[in-house]
Amino acid sequence: MTTRMFGQRIKRREDPRLVTGNGRYVDDLGTGALEAAFVRSPHAHARILDIDVSGALDVPGVVAVWTYEDLVGKLAEPLPMLLPHPAIEAPVTGHVLAKDEVNHVGEAIVMVIADDRYLAEDAASRIEVEYEFRDAVVGIEAARDGAALVHEEAPGNIAAHLVQEVGDAPGRIASAAHVLELDLDIERSASMPMEGKGVLARWNREDGSLRVHSSTQTSTGVRAALAARLDLPLNKVDVITPDVGGGFGVKINHPWPEELALGAAAKVLEREVKWTEDRREHFISSAHERQQLQRVRVGFDDDGRIAGLDVQFWHDNGAYLPYGVIVPLNTSTHILGPYDLPDYRVEYYSLYTNTVIVTPYRGAGRPQAAYLMERTMDAVADYLGRDRTEVRRRNFVREFPHPIGLTMQDGREGIYDSGDYDTSLDKLKALVGWDDFADYRREAEAAGRRVGLGIGCYVESTGAGPYEGGHIEIETTGRVNVATGLTSQGQAHQTVLAQIVADELGVPIEMVSVTTGDTRKMGYSVGTWGSRGAVMSGNAVHLTAKKVKQKALAVAGRSLEVDPADLEIVDGIVRVKGDPKAQMPLAMVSVLSNPLRYAFDDTARAATQFAGKQDETKPPIAESDKPGLEDSDFYSPVRSTFASGMHAAIVETDPETADIRILRYCVVHDCGPMINPMVVEGQVHGGVAQGVGGALYEKMAYDSSGQLLNASFMDFLMPFAAEVPEIETDHLETPSPLNPLGIKGAGEAGTIPVSAVIASAVEDAEGFPITRMPISPPELWELRRRHDAGEWPSLRRG
Amino acid sequence: MKPAPLTCHSPTTLDEAVRLLHDLGPEAKVIAGGQSLVPVLNMRLATPAHLVDITGLPGLDEIRVSAEAVEVGALVTHRRLEQDDAAHAALPLLRQALVNVAHPAIRNRGTTVGSLAHADPNGEMPMILALTGGSVTAASVRGERTITASELFVGPMETVLEPDEILVSARFGRFAEGTRTAFTELTRRSGDYALAGAALALQVSDGQLRTARMGFVSVTELPDALDLTELVAGRPASTSADIAEAVVERVTEHIAPESDIHATADYRRHLTGVLARRLLTELTADIPARGAA
Repeated sequence: MTTRMFGQRIKRREDPRLVTGNGRYVDDLGTGALEAAFVRSPHAHARILDIDVSGALDVPGVVAVWTYEDLVGKLAEPLPMLLPHPAIEAPVTGHVLAKDEVNHVGEAIVMVIADDRYLAEDAASRIEVEYEFRDAVVGIEAARDGAALVHEEAPGNIAAHLVQEVGDAPGRIASAAHVLELDLDIERSASMPMEGKGVLARWNREDGSLRVHSSTQTSTGVRAALAARLDLPLNKVDVITPDVGGGFGVKINHPWPEELALGAAAKVLEREVKWTEDRREHFISSAHERQQLQRVRVGFDDDGRIAGLDVQFWHDNGAYLPYGVIVPLNTSTHILGPYDLPDYRVEYYSLYTNTVIVTPYRGAGRPQAAYLMERTMDAVADYLGRDRTEVRRRNFVREFPHPIGLTMQDGREGIYDSGDYDTSLDKLKALVGWDDFADYRREAEAAGRRVGLGIGCYVESTGAGPYEGGHIEIETTGRVNVATGLTSQGQAHQTVLAQIVADELGVPIEMVSVTTGDTRKMGYSVGTWGSRGAVMSGNAVHLTAKKVKQKALAVAGRSLEVDPADLEIVDGIVRVKGDPKAQMPLAMVSVLSNPLRYAFDDTARAATQFAGKQDETKPPIAESDKPGLEDSDFYSPVRSTFASGMHAAIVETDPETADIRILRYCVVHDCGPMINPMVVEGQVHGGVAQGVGGALYEKMAYDSSGQLLNASFMDFLMPFAAEVPEIETDHLETPSPLNPLGIKGAGEAGTIPVSAVIASAVEDAEGFPITRMPISPPELWELRRRHDAGEWPSLRRG
Repeated sequence: MKPAPLTCHSPTTLDEAVRLLHDLGPEAKVIAGGQSLVPVLNMRLATPAHLVDITGLPGLDEIRVSAEAVEVGALVTHRRLEQDDAAHAALPLLRQALVNVAHPAIRNRGTTVGSLAHADPNGEMPMILALTGGSVTAASVRGERTITASELFVGPMETVLEPDEILVSARFGRFAEGTRTAFTELTRRSGDYALAGAALALQVSDGQLRTARMGFVSVTELPDALDLTELVAGRPASTSADIAEAVVERVTEHIAPESDIHATADYRRHLTGVLARRLLTELTADIPARGAA
């Protein structure tokens, strides 16, 4: 019997190619293509009075210089509002190239196309833009204040406003034994994939078709947008994602201005045109995330049972709103975490500022939610003098399905489908040694060291619809070609999807190859985001493999003259159960599945018209059948499935320098049955690494005029390997009843609670509340000074 | 992030190199390891019309240890100097500091002399040159001249070098017998520029402190060294804790940290004091009190 691949720690099949430098990214393609550079606004808020491109036209090698005036037809319209939502009061999106005004530093104004990027930048540097300055709105306080406006059509700078309410939180809080209020603050960070955005567009003059390679997270989305905006038939546009060096969310918003601009330029110039985003462009013109101000009112009883939770928060969505309210919506619908809180009210304002747009970054609003809820749980525990895990446990959801009464990002009610939070907490406490920490702390204190223990819990809606598809064909060699439409940014799609298909088809995994994100292979797809790749495409290829297997068994059954129900496939051989001698290779089944007239080789001869006896009363292909061992199927979930997890950390803070070190980091994670535990752990490790960045290092240092002061890897402090602690993991596998494989998403899990966990641990070490994250040594030192001066409160537990 | 047009020259003799620099004038820059210059070029913060690449020049890749100094040629990388055992034996402070210079990948290409020419007060090695009472040798069509560390640095990233001069070597002075050294800094991430850093050279004999000099990273306008000898001379090493207060006071008077996005000036001043105290403790902890067994 073949070993079941599902659940095996097999090594990523992607890695030998990628780690030996044999990946092929957008910038590796299109040798000899023209290259684009963009003149981007150096000002955060200004009207454009004049653009003088004359200096650029003299630069040798310059092929085209485009401003907004050069955009024709639908290309000149505002970029799409991708995710309409009733909460949106003032939908404003940008343009492919700035029209009349700029609203953040980095907004594209002029596109220069030249023989190479050097020349394009030389020419771009000679273009002069005359501006009339406006007041820049930077930061949530300035936006909320509303004295200056980003967009005239958005009074109060309000892009969206939403209230969701279940039960009667204000009433329950009013009658609660205890009430606490918290003000919390979380900073901006960003995805920062190793590869930035990249676009290569090629126009085929002969057949009037456009082929675009993009490092996007949704090739089907980009394809549809290109066809619509360039007024091309869909079947004349293909979008392909080659190897992509990370996404983490920043590449899901689409179409990028650059995708449309380059597609249009390739068509007009009838040349291949490429643009490779550089790091400074990535900082100032792609997207950021995270920044919110939060206000919490919570009522609770003597045991820490929450009676009601009333939340308001203000979300900075940057200059435009192309990706709608997904981020604040996710925050508002994930605050409840693993807790059963029937009386909950949440209200948010999504606000415009003159900064880079805010679109999902790994976690997509959920880290802010976990931060809010977990800071609140810690505050309740401290107020009551109870153990922080005890208060959490007091509030856990224990019955499933658990409807939360809130509408999620897919427009459907959130219903926790399964989970076991008590066991998760037990495992976490055992892993980190929760109950022994008091002794550890005493020993450390005796040695003059200051340590703290922190915890954070979360749930995550994963695997949102509407759907993903799979396409499988088994070649006459027995090779199995699998395609799914969503893209890979370096995840393990080629490994885990092959594991699933190999199991169902009974073939060695070496025979299975997987193609992702290529609209030529699969035209229907949504994209890679929201911890959905495995859930959506995993189940889609699983369903597809089932269909193809049924067909293979039917074809083999006819040939072997046995009931298909008596057949099995083992190691690529179709055989009769219990009679291994009656067998046929899957390759031969594939040959037979395609009745042939022409024998192009010896194998094919078996399928030709005189090769064997035929039932002359029937057509070679039955009425409902198709030639070939090939089929496709789709998985479309009724709603999202909820993964969950709990993290704990031990930190040490230097009593003198306030330096913060993570001594231990423990993760208990439940994404249902794991297709490949090594891949899940890799996702958790990467997620925690990004979480550590958001908790201790990363922020977007905008000054009050809207200049980003740290737009380079010298000053934007993404953690190095040395800053990421060893991550200890334990797993729980609670199957989801919502999909055939019972799996849940894992991609974002590692990131979600980290800021909450580190805040909890630093607070525990220091004895005073931590309400603003990330926190740096200088900021901690400043808090100590304020605390010593009586300007900052102590924890009750000291 | 592509440099503006420029012409790169690759001379094969020092004479040719200094002649090029002389003829090309201020529009020419010297490039060796390129670890500071190339990012500046790519961001078009500097747009020199010419680069004179000195990596092909003979004789500039040597490390010479003498009784008085460790002399380092212009093409010696940080990494080579860090790993040179003779240099380490003669002047341990070099390796103590060099392991804090950025990351190995950068140290593999960046040159120590290049970092002196760059004269960044946030860099480790300009301070080390000052602390060791070192000097550099500059060459031009007018010949060679020696410039002491205290003359060399005149402002943040500013030296007395003429545009047509090439730094051909640096000379880090060795300390008197009985001198112990240590280097410490606090960075946000491994390999980052320090929030603050300090090095101490403390001469001890017969259990008594004799001389002390301290240098600083990221908290002074110029790479320089502070002489603390009058605070320590003649004090028993075992009483270093008692003099630490005075040392910290002198240090915080001397430095002039600034606020930036990574830390406030107040924090940097506090941190430098902590580091100064720790250096003093580190270099005296193993010295027994007078009369002890």
